[in-house]
Amino acid sequence: MTQQSSRLLLVAVTLVVGLVTARHFLVPKTFGQRGHYRAAAVDAIEKLPIRYAGREACAMCHAEIVATHSKARHQSVACEVCHGPAAAHTESPGEIKPPAPRTRGYCPLCHGYDPTRPTGFPQIDPVSHNPVKACISCHNPHAPEPPHVPEECGACHGQIARSKAVSRHAQLACVQCHITPEKHKVTPRLVHPEKPRTREFCGTCHAQDARSSTEILRIDMQSHNSRYLCWQCHYPHQPEGD
Amino acid sequence: MDPLQEVLRQVTGYIYPNEVELHWGLLVVVYPYLTGLVAGAFILASLVRIFDVKEVQPTYRLALLTALAYLIVAPLALLAHLGHPLRSFEIFLTPNFHSAMAMFGFVYAWYLMVVLLLEIWLDYRKDMVLWAQKETGLRRWVHRLLTLGANDISPNALRFDRRASRFITLIGIPSAFLLHGYVGFIFGSVKANPWWSSVLIPVVFLFSAIVSGIALMLLIYFLSTLLRAKPVDMPCMDKLASFLFYALVVDFSLEMLDFIHRLYEAEESIHILSQLVFSRLFLSLIILQAFLGTVVPLVLLGSVSPALRRKGILALPEELRRLLYAGAAILIQIGIFSTRWNVVIGGQLFSKSLRGLTVYKMQLMGLEGLFTSAFLLLLPILLLLLLIYILPPWPESEQHVEAPAGD
Amino acid sequence: MDDSKHISPPADQPASESRREFLHTFSLAAPLLLLGLRISAIEALAAEPDAAYNAREHYYGMGIDVSKCIGCGRCADACKNENDVPREPYYFRTWVERYVIGADGETDVDSPNGGIGGFASKIPEKEILRTFFVPKLCNQCTDPPCVQVCPVGATFATEDGVVLVDNDYCIGCRYCIQACPYGARFLDPRTHTANKCTFCYHRVVKGLLPACVEVCPTGARVFGDLRQHNSPLARFTRFNKIMTLKPHLNTKPKVFYAQLDEEVR
Repeated sequence: MTQQSSRLLLVAVTLVVGLVTARHFLVPKTFGQRGHYRAAAVDAIEKLPIRYAGREACAMCHAEIVATHSKARHQSVACEVCHGPAAAHTESPGEIKPPAPRTRGYCPLCHGYDPTRPTGFPQIDPVSHNPVKACISCHNPHAPEPPHVPEECGACHGQIARSKAVSRHAQLACVQCHITPEKHKVTPRLVHPEKPRTREFCGTCHAQDARSSTEILRIDMQSHNSRYLCWQCHYPHQPEGD
Repeated sequence: MDPLQEVLRQVTGYIYPNEVELHWGLLVVVYPYLTGLVAGAFILASLVRIFDVKEVQPTYRLALLTALAYLIVAPLALLAHLGHPLRSFEIFLTPNFHSAMAMFGFVYAWYLMVVLLLEIWLDYRKDMVLWAQKETGLRRWVHRLLTLGANDISPNALRFDRRASRFITLIGIPSAFLLHGYVGFIFGSVKANPWWSSVLIPVVFLFSAIVSGIALMLLIYFLSTLLRAKPVDMPCMDKLASFLFYALVVDFSLEMLDFIHRLYEAEESIHILSQLVFSRLFLSLIILQAFLGTVVPLVLLGSVSPALRRKGILALPEELRRLLYAGAAILIQIGIFSTRWNVVIGGQLFSKSLRGLTVYKMQLMGLEGLFTSAFLLLLPILLLLLLIYILPPWPESEQHVEAPAGD
Repeated sequence: MDDSKHISPPADQPASESRREFLHTFSLAAPLLLLGLRISAIEALAAEPDAAYNAREHYYGMGIDVSKCIGCGRCADACKNENDVPREPYYFRTWVERYVIGADGETDVDSPNGGIGGFASKIPEKEILRTFFVPKLCNQCTDPPCVQVCPVGATFATEDGVVLVDNDYCIGCRYCIQACPYGARFLDPRTHTANKCTFCYHRVVKGLLPACVEVCPTGARVFGDLRQHNSPLARFTRFNKIMTLKPHLNTKPKVFYAQLDEEVR
């Protein structure tokens, strides 16, 4: 072995031994126990504090409210949606009281009108809907009921109402096309309104021989795509035209 | 004023909320730029050793020292950008073998220890032994220490040095390819980012590295002869310019291939990427990288250097030719730095939702700021001066081993 | 879907489920039993010993029904509360996006402050073809690119399928942030380490739901154990056509979307 290679070998061996020794002392103890990570990190994350107690925890003390709430329309809305994180309150119920939003600002986060919200979801225009009055003065947040049955379909079907209002069908009442059981206003998801089931229904205004105003568009009901119902192509809340 | 608030205001379209903060800044631009110079300078040096290109012999030792200087500084850019620089050693302790970045430790250590230091050591050993015999004081001790006590300069030992050095260079070429191809792979393997994700990226990185390395050596060689008031070896400059031209042709072709490929495939990202190129990256990509950094040097070198015709298409006097070479080399440096910028910063200026563009607000001060990066670009030059002082690369220091060391 | 998700449920019911059933019966009997009694709920939670939790018996996932999301942003808000996420509008573990697709085919997306303050209702200037909200969060991928790229093993998938970050080990290189196709990661400005959704791992191991699921008022988010045959998530994946985000990247997300639109990226 040449002088050079023996010296280089010495350097290399020193480096390798150094690295192996350093690894021995510096690699964390729990590294690699469950995978290529520190198992202790998982334990540390498991121990992080809980801020939201969960609705089951609230039920332990507030049974009365829970009893009402669990049957009402807000049953899917957890207590802490409105009252904020309450784990601290469950620990020291006397000292820490969760807030309750009582002003008009909070409810519109869900119920303010936005065309993007799913249709049928109850929405109001916060500007025009009983200005100044606090929401909870008419609606019990734990068991909200409209103070009276909604007068207009637009209370829940805001986007449709707004589209229709600027369309050629603006003058038509919703119930002209949708036979709506009264129960739909109370249990909207269980009882649904009907949609027109025949072409002749639209034909009462739009057929060639219909006895309606001459300004209304006419169509030859026999030749015009007879295999479809009219609303399968034309969006009746905003029919084309103009 | 919160700088991120300012960014938020200049966003066009939609970006994911977590994308407001741009995560890899100027320092990460500097890093591949520096490693590119390392790989390029080394590959130039290996031309002398392996392919026996006699003309560029004067740059051989200079290129090795330059590569070493840049290689030492390159990881500092990465280190400065880490959230926890003091934890960086974990990459050696518990490297994740699935991670391209974890391989950094190995690729870097391999290249530094096994390739560069070893080749320099073998090449300089005889001189260091002889220098140490003639010198006094600190220099004597430094050179003695650097020989690691291996002071055998018998013909047999020197033959071993030469053969071992040639062998190391042989390993060194693929290693240099690995070093920069690997840096390209760090970006090219990110499937989440359509601007980066491409098999061509490592190859493009490699050839742009060769281009930048040769251009740098041309500049350093030219400047060093000027500063030392020595005659410029014109065949060497011509050869460097020719190699630079060839490398640039390959680099440009690869980048055009990448560009055309993307355009032709026209995947869902094509709209946002074309918006990116023609708005946020117009200056740095179209003007700096493509026009000033590639087309102009191509024309300059192609017409002046002996790359295409032995006398050059335009036969110019030597002085003017040298200046044009140096000008082209400077333009290429600007161009390659822009290339790194366009990859690193450009890849973060569009949202992964492919719906919007954001901006990069460069800081002046602070670890991630402009001044740190400027310092890191300057540092290798200072380091190179120190290395030149310790290990003079000039032919006269090698030839006249009996004369006092240095100049 | 991955075969591993269809492994038959463990013979004995997991502790969390029986606890929830217990609480259910308990809450029905509560009006009689509990009036005046102030038992700390946390004590009841602590009654379930941590040691009983076995990560290998679980494999978590989430379902999101896009058609149920009303864009109230309570999930994003609760997430920040529960997990101490910086309040600035650039750091989110979960957020809500609003998509408005016009009749002209143009799609507008926005997510002001992640949806936490709600979405300002704008009068649309153009005719809307369709519009919806999409909650986003870490997809807890089966093949997470972020874990693949972490150089030191500071981010990893647990045995129960949750991708976590080790705060004390992360070097802050941010490669994982670059590698995440969903923009679900950020660098915590206080710790200089990567941060992301943990499925509220600290809650889940104690049998609680993730905070975002707990507060979602319409049940648009469903959390559950993919190994369990009878759970809201099992029902969700049985009765809906499921899509995941960016499936072409082959990350195999464990956040499953129902009614997802092709415009969502």
